[in-house]
Amino acid sequence: MKQFTYTITDPVGIHARPAGLLAKAAKALDSTVTITKGEKSAVATKLMAVMGLGVKTGETITITIEGGDEEASAATIEQFCKDNM
Amino acid sequence: MQVATGKSILNGIAIGPLRVYKKVETQTAVTSTLTAGEEYARFDAARVKAQEQLGGLYNKALDEVGEDNAAIFEIHQMMLDDEDYLDAVKGIIETQGATAEYAVSTTGENFAAAFAAMEDEYMRARAADVKDISRRVVNVLLGVGDAEMMDDKPAILVADDLTPSETVQLDKSKLLGFITRHGSSNSHTAILARTMNIPALVGVDFQDDWDGKLAVLDGYNHCVYIDPAQELLTAMEEKRANDLKQEALLQSLKKKPNVTLDGREIKVYANIGNAGDVGLVLQNDAQGIGLFRSEFIYLDSQDYPSEDQQFMLYKRVVETMAGKKVIIRTLDIGADKQADYFELDKEENPALGYRAIRICLTRKEVFKTQLRAILRASAFGTVSIMFPMIISVREVRDAKEILEECKAELQERGIAYGNVEVGIMVETPAAVMMADELAQEVEFFSLGTNDLTQYALAIDRQNPKLDNFYDSHHPAVLRMIKHTIEAGHRHGCWVGICGELGADQTLTETFLRYGVDELSVSPASVLPLRKIIRSLDLSKEPGA
Repeated sequence: MKQFTYTITDPVGIHARPAGLLAKAAKALDSTVTITKGEKSAVATKLMAVMGLGVKTGETITITIEGGDEEASAATIEQFCKDNM
Repeated sequence: MQVATGKSILNGIAIGPLRVYKKVETQTAVTSTLTAGEEYARFDAARVKAQEQLGGLYNKALDEVGEDNAAIFEIHQMMLDDEDYLDAVKGIIETQGATAEYAVSTTGENFAAAFAAMEDEYMRARAADVKDISRRVVNVLLGVGDAEMMDDKPAILVADDLTPSETVQLDKSKLLGFITRHGSSNSHTAILARTMNIPALVGVDFQDDWDGKLAVLDGYNHCVYIDPAQELLTAMEEKRANDLKQEALLQSLKKKPNVTLDGREIKVYANIGNAGDVGLVLQNDAQGIGLFRSEFIYLDSQDYPSEDQQFMLYKRVVETMAGKKVIIRTLDIGADKQADYFELDKEENPALGYRAIRICLTRKEVFKTQLRAILRASAFGTVSIMFPMIISVREVRDAKEILEECKAELQERGIAYGNVEVGIMVETPAAVMMADELAQEVEFFSLGTNDLTQYALAIDRQNPKLDNFYDSHHPAVLRMIKHTIEAGHRHGCWVGICGELGADQTLTETFLRYGVDELSVSPASVLPLRKIIRSLDLSKEPGA
């Protein structure tokens, strides 16, 4: 298991578009990616669940990567966050 | 005459009969006569069909309103792949012996309710998206096409609500404007209406008996007049004719080059002061952004904006411009633009004070944060950096050295950046006099005529008592502009004008004769300026 945190800089938070792109990116990986905000979690491939977390700008999420090539998946998702959220 | 008010989402006027649209309430059977497996197969086939439709809508929207706005249909497609959504539908079919229609509409309602309960206004608005996709699947299941919202006569459409997909599907040649009871000015529908240039009002408490009545939708004043009085109608028709003239000008000039009759081509870029203005830049067909005033990021903030925050904003602008040039002017704060957290001292003479590059070169960390953010964004398109308020070669060298430090830091962090062109604002008489030397340091000049005029004439524009002394076409200023352009060209710099004078149509010919390479003006001035440029013939004697 690999874990890292990321603070959202997009002014609208994790809105539909980045959530959709994230779902796409996560589906392409062989690992399970989970987004956690406070006590709520959502699997990254589930677009509506991720949107349902209601993550706003400036909030910090924890991203957990399990299974598959965790090292590579974590790097991919971290870069994704920086570029899109 | 009756007047109703709402919230306007586009400044424009529509005149025509109202058409009140009622959504057809579809009756669906709750209990299925098929097996759960068969029902789910029906659902799945309808879902795939709905996704195909959305793909078609995506392509239509891509043509009409651009990629950013079309993205909503891609998201709708993805929503129909959402595992939780599919599981919920399956659950209802299996446990309740329900029809696919019932399962989908119930699931849609449930998910919409969850979004509607969220704190965030943006997320609340997403409830409409979930309902929209669910209705689409149900319609496929029932074999009903998208309801005919409009008949064959042009009209102002009146509806409880419009979904983004309904908006894109509407026949634009018949749709004069629309009025809805619900919906916010932030909704995707509102954004689409704005991009499609359709006057619209939301939040109007309309009555069903409006159907067929003549109305004037006045987007400028957030209201609609039903059975308008004759005088009002005449006045509004005139206003509308004016708007149309502007619009026709726009349409006829879009995609045309800014080239004079004798073949001189120059660039016309747009100035923006906010990331949200990019839509206007594209709508008015500017070839790039000639001045991106980055101050707003600082002025809108309670504290120094971080590198990441700035990067996201710059990146969004750069990506939206899709390879077209974006010239970002580094922080120009001080003088009349103040942010408390900078804790700048009060000055006797702020226009001549601690501002712009002078702050940046002394508060190096603030400057570097911005430069790194700009460099990172440059990996996503074509970015130029422009330093303001330059008076000496030393300042330019110092700023460039700091820029190199930032590149090295990014390299160390393994972060990509593109090739950035470096230029300066020429807005002080000192920079004009030093133009030959400065041109050897940078790749472009952009003349900031507002400050240049103020400093050259020693006249404060804010002081009305000086109006008699002020001459915006003062020969001193024009000579400075000419000198700067010539000096720039001597050393291989391109030279543009980004101040107010750039949009002054009485000077366009003069500037072109001086050899200016680029004019950067407000988005609304881009096409009128293009019209002038295309009518000029520089091979003829001036004034001929």
